[in-house]
Amino acid sequence: MRKLFLFMLILVFVFMAIAEDVVKIGVVLPMTGGISAFGKLVWEGVQLGYEFKPTVLGKKVELILLDNRSEKTEAANAVARAIDKEHVVAIVGEVASSHTLAGGEIAEKKGIPMVSPASTNPLVTQGKKFVSRVCFIDPFQGSAGAEFAYNYLKARSVVIFTDIEQDYSVGLSKFFMDTFKKLGGKVSQVFYKTGDQEFSAQLTVALSRNPDVIYITGYYPEIALICQQARALGYTGYFLTGDGSDAPELIEIGGDAVEGLYFTTHYHPKGAVTEIGKEFVEKFREKFGKDPAALNALGFDAYLVLVDAIERAGNLDPVKIAEEVRKTKSFEGATGVITIDEHGNAVKSVVINTVKGGKFDYVTTVTPGT
Amino acid sequence: MTATLVLQNIFNGIMLGGLYALIAVGYTMVYGILRLINFAHGDIMMMGIYFAFYAVALLSLPVWLAFIVAILGSALLGFLIDRVAYKPLRNAPRISALITAIGMSFFLESFAVVVFGANYKSFLKVFGEHKEILRKYILIGNARLPVLTILVISITALSLLFLFWIVYKTKIGMAMRAISSDIPTTALMGVNVDMVIGFTFALGSALAAISGIMWAMRYPNFFPYTGFMPGLKAFIAAVFGGIGSIPGAVLGGFLLGMIEILIVSMVPQVMEYKDAFAFVILIIVLLVKPSGLMGQKVIEKV
Repeated sequence: MRKLFLFMLILVFVFMAIAEDVVKIGVVLPMTGGISAFGKLVWEGVQLGYEFKPTVLGKKVELILLDNRSEKTEAANAVARAIDKEHVVAIVGEVASSHTLAGGEIAEKKGIPMVSPASTNPLVTQGKKFVSRVCFIDPFQGSAGAEFAYNYLKARSVVIFTDIEQDYSVGLSKFFMDTFKKLGGKVSQVFYKTGDQEFSAQLTVALSRNPDVIYITGYYPEIALICQQARALGYTGYFLTGDGSDAPELIEIGGDAVEGLYFTTHYHPKGAVTEIGKEFVEKFREKFGKDPAALNALGFDAYLVLVDAIERAGNLDPVKIAEEVRKTKSFEGATGVITIDEHGNAVKSVVINTVKGGKFDYVTTVTPGT
Repeated sequence: MTATLVLQNIFNGIMLGGLYALIAVGYTMVYGILRLINFAHGDIMMMGIYFAFYAVALLSLPVWLAFIVAILGSALLGFLIDRVAYKPLRNAPRISALITAIGMSFFLESFAVVVFGANYKSFLKVFGEHKEILRKYILIGNARLPVLTILVISITALSLLFLFWIVYKTKIGMAMRAISSDIPTTALMGVNVDMVIGFTFALGSALAAISGIMWAMRYPNFFPYTGFMPGLKAFIAAVFGGIGSIPGAVLGGFLLGMIEILIVSMVPQVMEYKDAFAFVILIIVLLVKPSGLMGQKVIEKV
């Protein structure tokens, strides 16, 4: 009996010793607060990515999830905590551009590579060496949206709803406006901020300008309410939004009001082209019992791109890893073939989805340079 | 600005103002009786929304029954909160109870995050196939008056009548008024003070649940921090109207809602500072007329 006990004890120690030898990757996401749905989606994707590739450089990967509570200050704190307390070698995160801007500042200063799954504002990677992303950037998303509004929806007059608290929203609105004006359309802007629930005053102003399209550049909780209140005030035109719409909660909260809404985003399972993309859809359905959303796929890709970069770096030197992330070329991911340029931005197509019958449906794909 | 636009803005203002007024009534009633600013009021409102939601989602009750369950559940919650958090502090300085109320507010928010999850939920689910009710409206000129607005105003009016009836026409109301002027003497008269204070909290929390349900019908996205901003705004409305005065809370609520809407529509350049105006109003009221529009001057007893 005693021998057995001793043996077990030794076994436990051995396991602990093995467990010590892991590669820690921090995952910083909004798990609570305003955009927590986004955090959960990315986390599901990262977990599935981990199942695809649980080891790197022959060591086991350990994922450490940290919550930024959908707040800018926490966004920076969480990254600092991941680096100083958890001693991670690299970070996947964050989602909202304003959060990645705040957190990226810390990662850059401390020299730890960070890969954002979904922050699209150009400033996120600008002037930084350690922060990269696996998604397109907003100048492209905005102009794709503007062209879609002008050519496909035949819109000539647009009112933009901008969330002044989000760098993402402010940037995307500007890029949309630039292109839409160049195309010859009329465009104006109204403002709100994250957490607002009452939009009827802005809508009354907006509707008095008779827009063909209302373009909303914020995130889903506000988008759903804006659509609802716009329909209640008798608006019958189109809604167009950016990738901030891409969470099932949009439809749950928005109900019938978001039916027919178009949005520019990163992905739709119907558009899966790569081998691994198809496998991803299959495995995802198996594990979570639903269709993957864009942020699922992006979380998956962000993790795999990072692990691949560590593999290529050959050791855990953060400078090397950050360099290798930016040398990612034709990497086959769930969202398609990913190439990251020397500024840390992925060059990818924009997918346009719509809400049809209470589900996200695929409309078309816009490739850069066309 | 055209006539339609003006009318539409007024309708929008009435909607928002009516909601503020409804929340502020509960706020101010508790203050009027107990001289305690119950900062957890907004969070009890949030709990009321969750109770209604889960009564439909988990127990599949019909909508009206779910609302009654939510209102009773919140009343019970209010009663328990008083027993656990405020009762031990009855004889402590007033500031201790105030700080406890803030603590209770944070506790309820965190509790909701742990138990209900931090994600947004949709109140539309509660209505199932009846949800078109939320979208009905009456056309006046070319402006739209949502049926919901009329509902909010009627419920505010009903709650007011009900409150007045309780406070001025019933025995327990008499006890409540007695407590508001002097607790030790009331106790000497043989009134069970703890029971009456507990009842006051239960009543205030039931009102919070009613306002929460109305709030969620208008703004169907809710999460554990949903009560925070409306709670603050209602507090401002109550101070604006004169805290402790029930008609003052209604007036303050309507004025605040109207001002918020009109500022955004008349001076669109400042629309992003909408919330700031509410706080500016609070500061001005506190500076110029601390007793509010309809409040009485309180004479400190020495």
